[in-house]
Amino acid sequence: MATIATMKTFLEPRFRVERDPERCIACQVCVNQCTFDVHRYDEERDEVLSVEQDCVGCHRCAAFCPANALTISRRPPPYGENANWSPGFMEDVIKQAETGGMLLTGMGNDRGYRVYWDHLVLNASQVTNPSIDPLREPMELTTFIGSKPDRVEFSGGNGNGAAKPLPPQVTLQLPVMFTALSYGAVSLHVQESLARAATEMGTLWNTGEGGLHPSLYRYGKNTIVQVASGRFGVHPAYLDAAAIVEIKIGQGAKPGIGGHLPGEKVSEDVSRTRMIPTGTDALSPAPQHDIYSIEDLAQLVHALKEATNYTKPVSVKIAAVHNSAAIASGMVRSGADMIVLDGLRGATGAAPKTIRDNVGIPIELALASVDTRLRQEGIRNLASLVICGGIRSSADVVKAVALGADAIYIGTAALVALGCHVCQQCHTGKCPWGICTSDPHLTKRINPDIGAQRLANLLRGWSLEIKEMLGGMGINALESLRGNRLHLRGVGLNGTELDILGVKHAGS
Amino acid sequence: MRDLSRVSNPYRDDKVMDACGLFGAIDLKGRRFSGERVIEAMANMRFRSNGLGGGFAVYGLYPEYAGQYALHVMFLSGEARRETEEFVRSKFALVHAEEVPTRPTEGVADPPLVWRYFVDAPERRVDGVSPDDYVVARVMEINTSIDGAFVFSSGKDMGVFKGVGYPEDIARFFRLEDYEGYLWTGHNRFPTNTPGWWGGAHPFSILDWTVIHNGEISSYGINRRYLEQFGYSCTMETDTEVVAYTVDLLIRRHNLPVEMAARVMAPLLWSEIERLPEAEQGLHRTLRQVYGSLLLNGPFAVIIAHRGEMVGLTDRIRLRPMVVGTKGDMLYIASEEAPIRLVCPDADETWIPKGGEPVVGRVGKTFRRMRLQPQPGRQTVKV
Repeated sequence: MATIATMKTFLEPRFRVERDPERCIACQVCVNQCTFDVHRYDEERDEVLSVEQDCVGCHRCAAFCPANALTISRRPPPYGENANWSPGFMEDVIKQAETGGMLLTGMGNDRGYRVYWDHLVLNASQVTNPSIDPLREPMELTTFIGSKPDRVEFSGGNGNGAAKPLPPQVTLQLPVMFTALSYGAVSLHVQESLARAATEMGTLWNTGEGGLHPSLYRYGKNTIVQVASGRFGVHPAYLDAAAIVEIKIGQGAKPGIGGHLPGEKVSEDVSRTRMIPTGTDALSPAPQHDIYSIEDLAQLVHALKEATNYTKPVSVKIAAVHNSAAIASGMVRSGADMIVLDGLRGATGAAPKTIRDNVGIPIELALASVDTRLRQEGIRNLASLVICGGIRSSADVVKAVALGADAIYIGTAALVALGCHVCQQCHTGKCPWGICTSDPHLTKRINPDIGAQRLANLLRGWSLEIKEMLGGMGINALESLRGNRLHLRGVGLNGTELDILGVKHAGS
Repeated sequence: MRDLSRVSNPYRDDKVMDACGLFGAIDLKGRRFSGERVIEAMANMRFRSNGLGGGFAVYGLYPEYAGQYALHVMFLSGEARRETEEFVRSKFALVHAEEVPTRPTEGVADPPLVWRYFVDAPERRVDGVSPDDYVVARVMEINTSIDGAFVFSSGKDMGVFKGVGYPEDIARFFRLEDYEGYLWTGHNRFPTNTPGWWGGAHPFSILDWTVIHNGEISSYGINRRYLEQFGYSCTMETDTEVVAYTVDLLIRRHNLPVEMAARVMAPLLWSEIERLPEAEQGLHRTLRQVYGSLLLNGPFAVIIAHRGEMVGLTDRIRLRPMVVGTKGDMLYIASEEAPIRLVCPDADETWIPKGGEPVVGRVGKTFRRMRLQPQPGRQTVKV
């Protein structure tokens, strides 16, 4: 069959770009800001014109327009009402009919799967128990990541002599960390912002699978380094620099497949950091090819512990899938000091849309079932449990801790703090906010001084809110909320959901 | 249907919530004294309770059977008693059995039948189970499998007496003025439900450990789930139960000294730990890291007792009251100063311990006030 070179697209614009001619001063800020070439300056008419077809709804132009002349809004779906053939499915079929490819996308699952955080409510003290005012009383969020033994042992036995040292522990001043965002997927300025904010707030950021740029080694004490299936940028100094080493098995946005970084994003600097040639695609294999089963994982865990002389916790991260509880139990038994579950709504720089939108399970259910299983097996204390994928607020964090999480990774929330408007174009490399791109012109849009401040502000704000919620519950140390599901109640959940979450329905 | 007359948490609340009055007295020379003054002290705090639970623990109670485990058992039927006695005879060497003497008392309604059995447990057996563990397992067996029978006291040379009513009435009912002991604790309560069941009153006891408790533990949910990992099943659904099991786990099974166990239940703040001398930081940090799930958060005051020892402890920001008094060899711990002054008008000293500061009285040891709080000195302020 002959391929026809040009084809009229049947896709209609998704956004309406309205320009108020009374306000527009034709300054061309929008022309310069838009990375999708929506705006164009017509010299003859001394007017700025827009091509709505290419607008992705990132709102960069509207936010930067000095005259507030631009309004970007969603166009009503062009198709007739149809609950089955909703616009998303229509558009996807049209795109594939026009390209014949797999649809790629960025960010997290945008489907309407139930968000359990929004069906869980928190408790507060009334009468029988005083609430605690965090403005007047100490309120402790300190969290330790690492394996805890069943009991404290003493050198002299029976409480005599010194307490025997524990396996390595890493201290967090609040239970929120920045999740894996690899160099190449995001820019160095973004990573620097994350690293500096984590250092300032006493928490950790995660390199993702793209190695650690030489300029960021100084933040090593606050860094989690990843070892993923591509082994990009893994070498002794990289492991030595970190606070925690994380083995990446899977990712919530694309369970079962590896990370893909297109060659266009592999610049000179990225190539040096990843230890691959410039311009080559960085394609992580779907599995780790030395891990085809649980005992293989145990070998890698222990190889990394050997390599780092048992001085730092080793983490294992998986995507939350159907048998997470059993898998997590195996991970703990294979020696992981921290296990990470990444849920259905976890985001990515690039993933096949069908995988992102259909594979994996909601993080709330995975968290609850894993915490419960590890307790049933009496091994919950042997590893810290960290979750990520869809945490949007301090309340989500508090609910996750009550369900059983030791700490929470945030990704999208951090990027939104930096400017991300969740337009889902990460895979294009054209991020208008300068976040998910390696284009040197665009990466300048993130100033690490300002970025670090915005991120630290977010954590500071959440930390205050978490303390306020804890105090309301009459709790002054986070460990007393961790796994304490009596402080949660479900609203509008069915019996099976309540059972899995281990919470009662509100009113009972 | 669940028999509501026999549960302490009839509505299946997250936990039973109550406010309470506590009193404890110990003669540090181990001399036995009558409980009359303890009963008076409890009556003095009557307004702290509403008649829905009172009880006492007495140590040095049975010198004539000091070597035997004394099982106090309440029965709701003659059938339960027959079944239990058969079980006791088959599992233990029964030395003596008798009904606990009682008298009809106004304010004490529908009492169960209460008996006591003095038994010997088999010595260490081939399977390595110690006599103590053997007794614990048999007590759990009776309490969970024999309908209408409940063992509420199982230690040596000590006993618990408790029921639904004001403690002074419960004391009259059990004729406590006839007994002597070197250590007494007493408890009254104001629960927010109406338990009709005598087993739900304090003290809670296993072996010779007893706990009386005033408070509502906000960390109950995780304390309970952590203890379940170690095989405890919290059948009573009260937060006092988790205090008792925490003490059992830390002190009896993990061999921690009581002062360290207190530091697990009411730890120093992280900022206080950082101000301790370098050498002490490790211990406090390790205890908190390992046993963080046993931190008892929220308001509580407890008096924990076992053979020869009485310990008072409040939560680390002291949200429930506790007063200590001394007079010669006597040490008193109470919810208020008034009952101490009532039974001991010329006390040498009374004071309110700091939150989380354990007060430990041991027979044969001079009482020393413990000050584990870091000394306020030079502090580094983080900017």
